[in-house]
Amino acid sequence: MQSNDKLIIGGQEFSSRFILGSGKYSLSLIEAAVKDAGAQIITLAVRRANTKEQENILDYIPKGVTLLPNTSGARDAGEAVRIARLARELGCGNFVKIEIMRDSKYLLPDNQETIKATEILANEGFVVLPYMYPDLNTARDLVNAGAAAIMPLASPIGSNKGLATRDFIQILIDEIDLPVIIDAGIGRPSQACEAMEMGAAAIMANTALATAGNLPLMASAFRQAIEAGRKAYLSGLGRVLVRGAAASDPLTGFLHN
Amino acid sequence: MENKFLFDSDHLSEAVLKKKHLLETDPSCRKNHMEYLPGMEQIQSGICDQVISEMKSYDYSQYTAKDVMVALDHEICSLEDFKALLSPAAEPFLEQLARKARLETSRHFGNTVYLFTPLYIANYCENYCVYCGFNCYNHIRRMKLSMEQIEHEMKIIADSGMEEILILTGESRTQSDVAYIGEACKLARRFFRMVGLEIYPVNTDEYRYLHQCGADYVTVFQETYDADKYETIHLYGHKRVWPYRFDAQERALRGGMRGVGFSALLGLSDFRTDALASALHVYYLQRKYPHAEMSLSCPRLRPIINNEKINPMDVGEKQLCQVICAYRIFLPFVGITVSSRESEAFRNGIVKIAATKVSAGVSTGIGDHESKYRGKESDGTQGDEQFEINDSRSFQKMYEHISKEGLQPVLNDYLYV
Repeated sequence: MQSNDKLIIGGQEFSSRFILGSGKYSLSLIEAAVKDAGAQIITLAVRRANTKEQENILDYIPKGVTLLPNTSGARDAGEAVRIARLARELGCGNFVKIEIMRDSKYLLPDNQETIKATEILANEGFVVLPYMYPDLNTARDLVNAGAAAIMPLASPIGSNKGLATRDFIQILIDEIDLPVIIDAGIGRPSQACEAMEMGAAAIMANTALATAGNLPLMASAFRQAIEAGRKAYLSGLGRVLVRGAAASDPLTGFLHN
Repeated sequence: MENKFLFDSDHLSEAVLKKKHLLETDPSCRKNHMEYLPGMEQIQSGICDQVISEMKSYDYSQYTAKDVMVALDHEICSLEDFKALLSPAAEPFLEQLARKARLETSRHFGNTVYLFTPLYIANYCENYCVYCGFNCYNHIRRMKLSMEQIEHEMKIIADSGMEEILILTGESRTQSDVAYIGEACKLARRFFRMVGLEIYPVNTDEYRYLHQCGADYVTVFQETYDADKYETIHLYGHKRVWPYRFDAQERALRGGMRGVGFSALLGLSDFRTDALASALHVYYLQRKYPHAEMSLSCPRLRPIINNEKINPMDVGEKQLCQVICAYRIFLPFVGITVSSRESEAFRNGIVKIAATKVSAGVSTGIGDHESKYRGKESDGTQGDEQFEINDSRSFQKMYEHISKEGLQPVLNDYLYV
């Protein structure tokens, strides 16, 4: 991998392109994510971190790892903004992942409210990473609202179904000049690899690791898959796969002048 | 079988006994259970009709092993699949149900188990529900905690580490009015992250007020969805009005509550049709209020003070497990609570399959947390329990046991916003 190939979000550089999601968490999961998957960003659900519990999640996060608090539990922009501010007060830094859901069954993001919250929080100096349903118009609005990256879902959260929204994510990658981080639904390393080949900037996953039989092994599989996909993308995958390859006799050889 | 519920306290006067016996034996003496009482809000909602029409057409005897296997094979559990999974034909497939349920639970909840504790603040009741220890004809020590006493109880519970509390009362609007419960909620907000309520059903504006006081979750047990059966065991009082109770969760959501809990008391009536109706109540209400969080409880009948004969009837642990697994497969996103009515062994097993929330450090009596949590000798001024609990593990013990099972105990997953 080129050593200068960095993921840059909000002016901060990361060499890892794996981000640990927050849905199911445990100490062993965080350990495997950092050690074996190489994660440098770990998502944190503020609603669960805001606890008196003996074992506070914040204590589990190793030094040097960037915290990405999320606003899960928010049902509209106003609630998301309040949770983000609380995260900052709790000492979670300036990064925030906006999650706004008005649906308790599928937990699909509300794009309209997400745009509103992004604008407010970006203006307050947050580095905003909005979780969104992959829609080009929304993505453009998020760029204008000041997002630092966009996080389209690959398939319903927790479903492990992979790139169900593949074609729409490809449009975002092609049209949006911010990092496109694939969030939700990535169930296998091969799916993560495919998303990286398409040009995704990073992969966020949680359930795929949390529910694996051997956590550290699955974490390292994700690391390798993401690196392989990234290398394939950088190597110019598109050309390699063009059907028929290059003809030895040019098809336009009959043309003169 | 029915008469196991009925007994006469020696403390009742002849006139009272006469009225009690009339209520028990002469249906014409009872109020119409489908008619609203003055002051009860009536909302326009089609949910009840949907649930009841499905329930009435459910003939679980027609489902076969083949239907169950087909249901287990489906990625998405349809209503027909759910009906098959609840039927007697699914009993031999309990292990397969449990495996499928566990997969769904881990997808949606990972390995987390939420802990909470109930706090009964009053046990006065104006209803005659024949199976309940708080019923107005049962001679028990009645009590209503003062705000100072509530604060004292809450402090003891909060000191144990608990962050979520469920406030309960007997169903007496005169003894425990909405203002009293509201004050208790305000106090609870100071000690706990999450405040839930399990009180008599109230109107939308009253739910809104209680939400403003700090409560954000309302649980109402319908007891049984069979209104005819309901009529024969809820003989007197406002609780007798079946449809007002049915719409309580919807009123709570309209009043701004974040989430609502549901349940039938399994064993009161046909448990399979009651389980079907409970799940459909959740299912249809979720479609109408998609933002709301929903949960199902799975209580079975338990013995009460002065009546040891009450039992869960035909709902054995295997049947209860089947119901819980079917709930999980049909409603994978819904929280499932298993209370201390069940044994330690059952609760240890079911959290690995489908339950996502368990109570700990439980007392169903009034004002006795100091004696139960700190071993202080009881001074005899406590109020009696609603029912006998089965699993008396303390919060600390429950926390340890869950951790030892490889699960993650969670005390808070909630923000009041």
